[in-house]
Amino acid sequence: MEMKILKEGTGEIFCKNTPSEVRNWTRESKPRALKDKRMRIKDAVKKYISDGDYLAIGGFGHIRIPMAIIYEIVRQRIKNLSVAGHTAVQDIDVLMAGGCVSAVDIAYVVGFELRGLSGVQRRLFESGQVKKTDYTNGAMSYRLRAGAQGIPFIPVKVMLGTDTMMHSPGKVVKCPFTGEKVLLLPSLNPDVCILHAHRADMYGNVQIDGHIVKDDLQARASKRVIVTCEELVSTDKIRAEPGRTVIPFFMVDAVIEQPWGSHPGNMPYKYYFDHEFTENYLSVGREENPKAMEAWLDDWVYNLEDYDDYLTKLGAKRLYNLRDLEFLRPPVR
Amino acid sequence: MEHKSYTLRELMAVNAARQLEDGKSVAVGTGLPLIAAMLAQQTHAPNLVIFFEAGGIAPQLPILPISVGDSRTIHRALCTTTLIDIMDNMRRGFIDYAFLGGAQIDKFGNLNSTMIGNDYERPKVRFPGSGGANDFGSLAWETLIIMDRHSPRRFVEKVDFVTTPGYLYGPGAREEEGLSENTGPSKVITDLSLLDFEPKSKRMRLIATHPGISVDDVIKATGFELIIADEVGTTTPPTAEEIQILHEVIDPQGFVFKK
Repeated sequence: MEMKILKEGTGEIFCKNTPSEVRNWTRESKPRALKDKRMRIKDAVKKYISDGDYLAIGGFGHIRIPMAIIYEIVRQRIKNLSVAGHTAVQDIDVLMAGGCVSAVDIAYVVGFELRGLSGVQRRLFESGQVKKTDYTNGAMSYRLRAGAQGIPFIPVKVMLGTDTMMHSPGKVVKCPFTGEKVLLLPSLNPDVCILHAHRADMYGNVQIDGHIVKDDLQARASKRVIVTCEELVSTDKIRAEPGRTVIPFFMVDAVIEQPWGSHPGNMPYKYYFDHEFTENYLSVGREENPKAMEAWLDDWVYNLEDYDDYLTKLGAKRLYNLRDLEFLRPPVR
Repeated sequence: MEHKSYTLRELMAVNAARQLEDGKSVAVGTGLPLIAAMLAQQTHAPNLVIFFEAGGIAPQLPILPISVGDSRTIHRALCTTTLIDIMDNMRRGFIDYAFLGGAQIDKFGNLNSTMIGNDYERPKVRFPGSGGANDFGSLAWETLIIMDRHSPRRFVEKVDFVTTPGYLYGPGAREEEGLSENTGPSKVITDLSLLDFEPKSKRMRLIATHPGISVDDVIKATGFELIIADEVGTTTPPTAEEIQILHEVIDPQGFVFKK
């Protein structure tokens, strides 16, 4: 019996991977053995991220975002990425400012929450230069759950009856068991997932302190996973508390120890936002003249060799003050 | 005791807080909704459980977070989890209230936070999109809406884009489209008034105005035909204690209540 489609949206599906293809690919392409996966960010980006890939970003907009990897993607001038805008704020903004993005699955983008709207993203979306399909945060996570589970679609109870649904690729059907209406969404298996964690070992066993947001699902659904961490720890430390391993080694392709790797984002229990840095970045992006952002990117990305240079440019004092802020202490430096 | 002077934002925060019953649960974002939830906890609703979309459950908020996911939202929390877990909790029926806002709202409480204009491909202004708003508006038992500028440009006959479902096109529409039963927006708090939805028609109804605001002021500021309650009340202004909590405990940095 064929399922009757009662209503359907017109949104384009940007990620073409299907769970069955990804499963077959995994058999040949993902080593199961424990293997030292440490490498430089530069090399990980070169090896695992290509023009046209679909990218999923860990964290939540400006919380625990993998900025060291983001800057490197911009530095290597990777083009035509499709990105999961599953609440993407400063991370996607820098990618879009760097001209790396051609399509976005939107749950939440353009806004910097209380700080207002992004000039960079407004220009690119309003002119139609970057393509988009609308979803919700719940919807994007449901799609990842389906991708992680290896099923091609998932029935959900959100978006029904709205324009958000009509601009997604969702299809409304009746449940064959209960008869109630549900929305079917396509699963999502990104080409690459990048994320920043509190700690990992050399094999890629990853631990995150505090809220996981969607990093567990993204790592499970994606073909490639690149992890930066505040601290590289011994495998003994992982084995002592295996229940804390959010992402196990066999999902992970590259591990990089990168302290302060989320700046100017907030790394829970480590450092708070660099509010001033983000405000300044936002104001540069709002300038009419695109040269302003080009100059910013020259200063903070292109003219720097890597993220270590970026941290040096920021200076230790600035970074340690963010640590004080995180712990609600008055900065003393 | 009534505080001698207060701003509209303070008045809205206080009125939003008063909608929250003790012992219930609320999903919030940042800004005024969160301030309302924090204020409720500090006053009449100490057992209010706060959920954050990014995965924080029942934190003891030391200070106003800047972001829905920042460290403050998990400060001394009882559980840190995932976004999908929060949405699952909501669909399971654990979350009583969700706070929402938007650039536009219509008479059925449908909200637009996606775009202004009539061309999806070339919008006049592109806003962030749903975020978790559509999920909240679809899954929570009761939606409370805060609109900080009650004007004909925001209270419109037809929103440019239905990002988040209110009562869609009228009574029974939510159920017809497949949304959960017995859900939908219950109150709208604006800088002029307090509104609800008339039970039969599911249309927005004026139930109270803020001190100094007339029914006519509200009608003039609304771009669609409002239902006017038989008795329109006046909202109670903030007390001195509420103002003190807002400024000294919740937002000492003045992020929302500018100094």
